[in-house]
Amino acid sequence: MKILSSEITPYKTYLNRRKFIKGSLASALMATVSSSAFANHNNNSSIYNKYLNESDKLNSYEEITTYNNFYEFGTHKKHPHLNSGNFKPRPWTIKIDGLVKKPQTFDLEKILSKVTIEDRVYRLRCVEAWSMVIPWQGFQLSELIKMVEPLSSAKYVQFVTVFRPEEMPGQQKRTIIWPYREGLRMDEAMNPLTILATGLYGHEMPNQNGAPIRLVVPWKYGFKSIKSIVEIRFLDTQPETSWETLAPWEYGFYANVNPNVNHPRWSQGTERRIGEFKRRETLMFNGYEEEVAYLYKDLDLTKFY
Amino acid sequence: MFSTRNFNRSKPVLFILILFPSLLWAYQFVIGNLGVNPIEKLMDELGLMALRLIIITLMITTLSNIKPLKSIVVLRRMIGLFAFYYVCLHFSTYIVLDHFLDMQFIIQDIIKRPFITFGFISFLFLIPLASTSTNNMIKRLGYKLWKKIHYLIYPVAILASMHFYVLVRADKTEPVIYMGIIILLLLHRIFKRLTRPQLAQ
Repeated sequence: MKILSSEITPYKTYLNRRKFIKGSLASALMATVSSSAFANHNNNSSIYNKYLNESDKLNSYEEITTYNNFYEFGTHKKHPHLNSGNFKPRPWTIKIDGLVKKPQTFDLEKILSKVTIEDRVYRLRCVEAWSMVIPWQGFQLSELIKMVEPLSSAKYVQFVTVFRPEEMPGQQKRTIIWPYREGLRMDEAMNPLTILATGLYGHEMPNQNGAPIRLVVPWKYGFKSIKSIVEIRFLDTQPETSWETLAPWEYGFYANVNPNVNHPRWSQGTERRIGEFKRRETLMFNGYEEEVAYLYKDLDLTKFY
Repeated sequence: MFSTRNFNRSKPVLFILILFPSLLWAYQFVIGNLGVNPIEKLMDELGLMALRLIIITLMITTLSNIKPLKSIVVLRRMIGLFAFYYVCLHFSTYIVLDHFLDMQFIIQDIIKRPFITFGFISFLFLIPLASTSTNNMIKRLGYKLWKKIHYLIYPVAILASMHFYVLVRADKTEPVIYMGIIILLLLHRIFKRLTRPQLAQ
């Protein structure tokens, strides 16, 4: 059974509730004001919320912001929350280059002034077999892609995270090859489920969750949803991605959530939903099969994991 | 100062110190104070404690080669048994809390996942060690056989550290440090054996 979209708190209500959320209230207010000055908000609950199941309860703001994988701030789950205080998400620019008609560097504010921010409540499934339900605010990646007009030869999109070792202490150590890089096939990037998120729970994106702007691809393992993006590149060949480069036998380019293809070191058949005691069965494409299965109908998912 | 008597005297204090973390974590688990993913946290803490205790038992043997510290060896049994205690808690957290007694899944997991296999074998090898730890058992088995059985601590330590190493996704510094310590301790034993004066036939 699907939940009613009316059961999901819309953006306006988050804004009103924001003052109850723990954390730096003053900066949160400032930041929200600055971005809402530039962005339009769609106050109708997104149609995509209907893809949640009845048992998908929102995770709390505290859970979402204190248990993170963001190795730029350290490899423990609590590190991003503890070590991201010095990170400065404003001002921010995003460089668009590669196979596009208009390569350019955008101020984030400029992008936000041209898009409509909406709510998207998505399940997030980590490759480590835990999951959450997160109320994001963001806009469809396809909006930005249309804006910059990629050439017809562009088949892939690559994303790059900011490299600032002085603000991101995890980058001072070579745990992975910095900067973090991710990629999508063009049709995946254009899929209406794929968003660039700029907030959660009506709050500016917290540093530990990928401020100020990050990708969210809900049918793929969390590591595909690259954080703190500074560069988007359009390519005709499949780009290298960070985890695939580090351990290609464990992490593929596609990284679709798939309970039938196990990680070599652990099963992907079940997951722990944060806040729940018993494990859940993992759903094919993280439960977004209806929306995305067609993208992979000609692909052997055991080979292209 | 480092007399057998003093080491024996320190035992009750050590007992409480080593037992305490398990009680604290159990309490924190019950009141919901172990963070956002408490089962994972509990399992990690228990496992890491067990590995550290296993390494400490190896260190004690090495330290007891230093003349003035000879008597420290009287602490080894208690710490070894505590290592077994923490391994048991770690393993039962995995079985009961993490997988809720889903035996089919657990057996698959043990067979298919190398890191679970390493951990499981390590646990199995600790059972004979723990069950032959009494004075009475040493007497019954004879010291020579008892000692042979207790060489199992070497594969236990190596497998336990591999269990940790394989599980970590990217920053392997911590497991590598533990492996390094274990290798140094084992090298010291081999060196000692090679340089030992031959006994007259």
